[in-house]
Amino acid sequence: MSTRLATGGRLIDRSRQVSFTFDGTTLRGHPGDTLASALLASGRTLVGRSFKYHRPRGVIASGAEEPNALVGLGQGDRFEPNARATTTELFDGLQAASQNCWPSLDYDVGAVNAALSRFLPAGFYYKMFIHPRAFWKHVYEPFIRHSAGLGRAPAVEARDPDRYEHFHHHTDVLVVGGGVAGLQAAKTAGESGLRVLLVEQTGHWGGRAPVDGGTIDGKTPEDWIGDTLQALDNMPNVTLRLRLQGAGLYDHGYVLGYERLADHAPDAPGPRHRLWRIRAGRIVTATGAIERPLPFAGNDRPGVMLASAVRDYIVNWGVSAGDRLVVVTNNDDAYRTALAHHRAGLTVPAVLDARPEGGGALMAEAQAAGIRVLTGRGIAQVNGTRALTGVEICAQAGEGTPLETIACDAVAMSGGWSPVVHLWSHCGGKLVWDEAAAAFRPDPDRAPIGQDGASNVIAAGAANGQGDLSSILKDAEKAGKTAARDLGGTPSDASAPDAEQPAEAPLAPVWMMPQGAPHALRAKAFLDFQNDVKVSDVHLAAQEGFESVEHTKRYTTLGMATDQGKMSNINGLAVLSRALNAPIPQVGTTTFRPPYTPVSMGAIAGEARGPLFQPIRRTPLHDWHETHGAKWEPVGQWRRPYCYPRAGEDKHAAVAREIDATRGSLGLLDASTLGKIVVKGPDAGRFLDMLYTNMMSTLKPGRCRYGLMCSENGFLIDDGVVARLDDDTFLCHTTTGGADRIHAHMEDWLQTEWWDWKVYTANLTEQFAQIAVVGPNARKLLEKLGGIDVSAETLPFMAFAEGQLAGHPVRVFRISFSGELSYEIAVPAGQARALWDRIVDAGAEWQITPYGTEALHVMRAEKGFIMIGDETDGTVIPQDLGLDWAISKKKDDYLGKRAQARSHMTDPDRWKLVGLKTLDGSVLPDGAYAVTEGTNVNGQRNTEGRVTSSYHSPTLGHGIAMGLAHRGPERMGEVLTFMRDDGKTAIEARIVDPVFFDPEGAKQNV
Amino acid sequence: MSDPVLPLGGARFDGLIAVEEVPQGMVALRGSLDAEAVKAAVTELTGAAMPDPLRATRQGDHALLWMAPDELLILLPRADGPQAARDLADTLSGEHALVTDVSDARAVFALSGDDGRLRETLAKLTSADLSPGAFAPGTVRRTRLAQIPAALWLTEPGVARVLCFRSVARYAFDLLSEAGREGSAVEVL
Amino acid sequence: MLILTCPCCGVAADEIELAPGGQAHIARRGPDSTDAAFEEYLFLRDNPRGVHFERWRHAMGCGKWFHAARCTATNEVFGTYPAQTTEPPQEIRDRIAERRTDQPKDSRA
Repeated sequence: MSTRLATGGRLIDRSRQVSFTFDGTTLRGHPGDTLASALLASGRTLVGRSFKYHRPRGVIASGAEEPNALVGLGQGDRFEPNARATTTELFDGLQAASQNCWPSLDYDVGAVNAALSRFLPAGFYYKMFIHPRAFWKHVYEPFIRHSAGLGRAPAVEARDPDRYEHFHHHTDVLVVGGGVAGLQAAKTAGESGLRVLLVEQTGHWGGRAPVDGGTIDGKTPEDWIGDTLQALDNMPNVTLRLRLQGAGLYDHGYVLGYERLADHAPDAPGPRHRLWRIRAGRIVTATGAIERPLPFAGNDRPGVMLASAVRDYIVNWGVSAGDRLVVVTNNDDAYRTALAHHRAGLTVPAVLDARPEGGGALMAEAQAAGIRVLTGRGIAQVNGTRALTGVEICAQAGEGTPLETIACDAVAMSGGWSPVVHLWSHCGGKLVWDEAAAAFRPDPDRAPIGQDGASNVIAAGAANGQGDLSSILKDAEKAGKTAARDLGGTPSDASAPDAEQPAEAPLAPVWMMPQGAPHALRAKAFLDFQNDVKVSDVHLAAQEGFESVEHTKRYTTLGMATDQGKMSNINGLAVLSRALNAPIPQVGTTTFRPPYTPVSMGAIAGEARGPLFQPIRRTPLHDWHETHGAKWEPVGQWRRPYCYPRAGEDKHAAVAREIDATRGSLGLLDASTLGKIVVKGPDAGRFLDMLYTNMMSTLKPGRCRYGLMCSENGFLIDDGVVARLDDDTFLCHTTTGGADRIHAHMEDWLQTEWWDWKVYTANLTEQFAQIAVVGPNARKLLEKLGGIDVSAETLPFMAFAEGQLAGHPVRVFRISFSGELSYEIAVPAGQARALWDRIVDAGAEWQITPYGTEALHVMRAEKGFIMIGDETDGTVIPQDLGLDWAISKKKDDYLGKRAQARSHMTDPDRWKLVGLKTLDGSVLPDGAYAVTEGTNVNGQRNTEGRVTSSYHSPTLGHGIAMGLAHRGPERMGEVLTFMRDDGKTAIEARIVDPVFFDPEGAKQNV
Repeated sequence: MSDPVLPLGGARFDGLIAVEEVPQGMVALRGSLDAEAVKAAVTELTGAAMPDPLRATRQGDHALLWMAPDELLILLPRADGPQAARDLADTLSGEHALVTDVSDARAVFALSGDDGRLRETLAKLTSADLSPGAFAPGTVRRTRLAQIPAALWLTEPGVARVLCFRSVARYAFDLLSEAGREGSAVEVL
Repeated sequence: MLILTCPCCGVAADEIELAPGGQAHIARRGPDSTDAAFEEYLFLRDNPRGVHFERWRHAMGCGKWFHAARCTATNEVFGTYPAQTTEPPQEIRDRIAERRTDQPKDSRA
């Protein structure tokens, strides 16, 4: 059983204790522990159940590659599933819970899957849950969803109370990985004076070197690391950052860094996570290497761990994996684990070296220490279910006949090392197969490239396939120099430090242990622990014809999900290549996807939550609306009052009241969101003639004209009133949603097509508030406010005047979107509230009534005025809407003219605008289709029209609607049949003129 | 004429840095910034020389901000906007130029505090490189601040102006306040 | 996440400041154009796996449109240039020829 050793543990503070809970049990550890080291120190070898078979699983690794020890952390609003125990730093009060087990970790019902595992091979779901088809939705899918998956999701009502933020950082050189290679690369690059950012995902510098030993420049690795950190600290151009993972690498030197600020210190002020959005000129990936498991039967049992992890737990945290440790290996490095275990005063009954000749100096050192070394041997299987009791050893060359049983309570396995090539691969960097190391490493000739076409990622150290300390440091030094030189820096001529380590004998690849293992053993030899993929599954996939590694990955789930193939990739590929009888490089690798390990959703969202989720645009009168009970309607990012219900009123009643008051006396609308774009220059008239379908150049100063704008496709994109301010200046009003879009549209044509035309534009939408005073008493109100002559003679319909109204500088447009006598008053935004308040006061004698967007809509629909976005949907041309009167016949050209001459656009069978009046006076459903005889090729009812706007008109006392109907205007008086939302019941409506109210325009013509 | 109302009534936040909404007169000029007549006119109005691209020049409480190759933003006292716009338009009546008072169209925030904290607060929100080597005092940068367009002007170390549209003043102020909260210093700039 | 240098203001702009505008150098066809010519203008676009001339606007910056020559497969950028032109400048063409052997045929030919 694992336990805390009496001494050792370079990362822990034994003088202090912290307590935490695991599945409700209180346990203790030390500051500096990870959750994994503390669990092992407490004798917890069983920490979870596997994904598919619910097999008992323990900690296998010591870092980000951990596939088994995934736990749920925290509770309630702070609950987070799938946290790796190996990367979770312990703090006082930490709460962790095992996953994937029910009712408890020790007695798991789902483990029956394990007994049935031979019925759950690769592709099982694909094969079994297909027939009968009808079962999928109600039987299979719920079952799979219940039984599969990793940890549970946080509760629906949970609200993350923590804060998150983004941070944009620009650097010349980014070094990812704070091991000795990263430190050396950063130092070398930093000596050139360039900006360098060095990031390390864990809470300490130096990586594996302090655990693995050797000397650097005659010092212990620990001392060298300290000295190098000191040197880096003294460079003002170098930034060092712990707990910051280089999570993803993207185009043009963009790297996402995931900084975990408070996961180890939950009471710290400030954000919990910070997402670094880094732009780097060169990126050095010094991300190290990950040890591979050996595929033997029972290699997933709790107590079987990576050799490097066993060593890490001893040296870093003073924790032993067990009392009797069997080491099984195909390389020299694992002997370090045997020696470390031995030095800790514990027993290593045997090292099983799969290589017939065994290893080199490290093997000799182990033998000298009295450790029994068996060469050409491997593990046939593992004894014990919950706790390891021993291993059956066999000849690696054979089929697994047990030769001897060795009692042990832990196994350290090493299948060699795989460079961490994730970042290198994220943005297209390619790999080469390194025969000697039996691993893929970055191919420097096919590196990711930056915007200038040059390689912008440099792999260094173990991440570049380097094995021993000396070559790792030399490679890192070279990477630092290359990065600096590439960016025009001059690195110092200092050379790489001298490092010494025992020479190692070559590794011998072991892709199955023993090499001739029968199916029974292969079916218990795990490749991907997180996804429960075994050697036999990959064989099955190969047998069934999955030759592509990408297909095999999806069929077997090998290397999928959060694991991203960290531990499983190479073993899986090798097994597949053997099964296909093809060399590994030919089989190739799957694609590594960012992020390297999961990134919290909070970090991705950053500040964009709650009130900052998206910008809300407020008019200068927003506060007034709010205090007067406005119900808001989102219009793009704007908030506009929909209506202002009074006590006891519902929305419908409020809208009806607002319309009645406006048509009967005086209404008031905040129209500030309307776009207002000034267009000025000698060519302004010519430009607007191209932009609008009507002739704008003939408009007289002081007058207004309603205009339509189309895209080059001929479709109507915006409408509004244009006012000519002077000979070469126009003010173009756009729809609320159109202001930015139409301004951009204007600039597009001016900058990229007619760049020799002398025209300037300015979007003044926000400079002016616009207040519409509407109704029979509107003129009286303006006269009462005083300052501008608004008489019918001086200010006729479609004219405007400038001056002072009640002491405010204004422009008063006599235009109408309601059919009433109406003035729209533009006033500088900062004075809008003062003027509005004056208007409300002055209008009291006419019961002035503020109205919202719904009353506006109903009143415009009563008048048959179209609304962009209701009557138009990007496929409607002005001719469809009976707006031919607003299309100039005299102009040779305007945007959309040519397209409107295309045969489909001139087809008399197009759907065109009509008014619709239900026979029973009810309101047509918005968007309803008119159905006709027969069906189309898809078996759907044929249609001949649809409703584009539909309201109850309080003025007329019945429903009114506009719609597009096949040859509509030719069919006045015909009755169309519309379908209700239920798709079954019909509602009949007669085609009528779209102008329902005051067709003569008598009300506005006063 | 009544006093103009600031979008947020002069809101203020104190954290890693101070953020304060300030009144600011603004006149936008579109025209040829190379034309001698234009240069002379803006200098006559403000006393400041035409700035280089991505830069600002100042003279007392007047400043010229380079916004685009054919666009200049003139800063002046809040009440002076309308008259200055009229005067400048008159002066440039012979030129092809567009002069507009935009004092009401935008919100302006004055940021002040430790230079590094100020740069970091903005760097949480914009992709622009705000390191001292890349963003010296006098630099003007139109960019994207989280989800809105904005202009940044570093007037001197530890002092900056942020300009955005009036309608999103609340969003911008809340953004700056959130990014500048105590305890969230990045401590790299 | 591209970086394109806006030739109008000189800022090396992050993609989040930019708005894409599709293929560059498309000549407008007006009311007197044939159906075939107008169809090509309105609907037909290149979709190369390789060098592409495209329109971008520094929308969250100086507001100006510009053109970029970019490899759609590798995102290598051969240069950006002002939009007030009907064809890629010689300097850009030379740079593409120098760096790429797979220079595409002129799409407007």
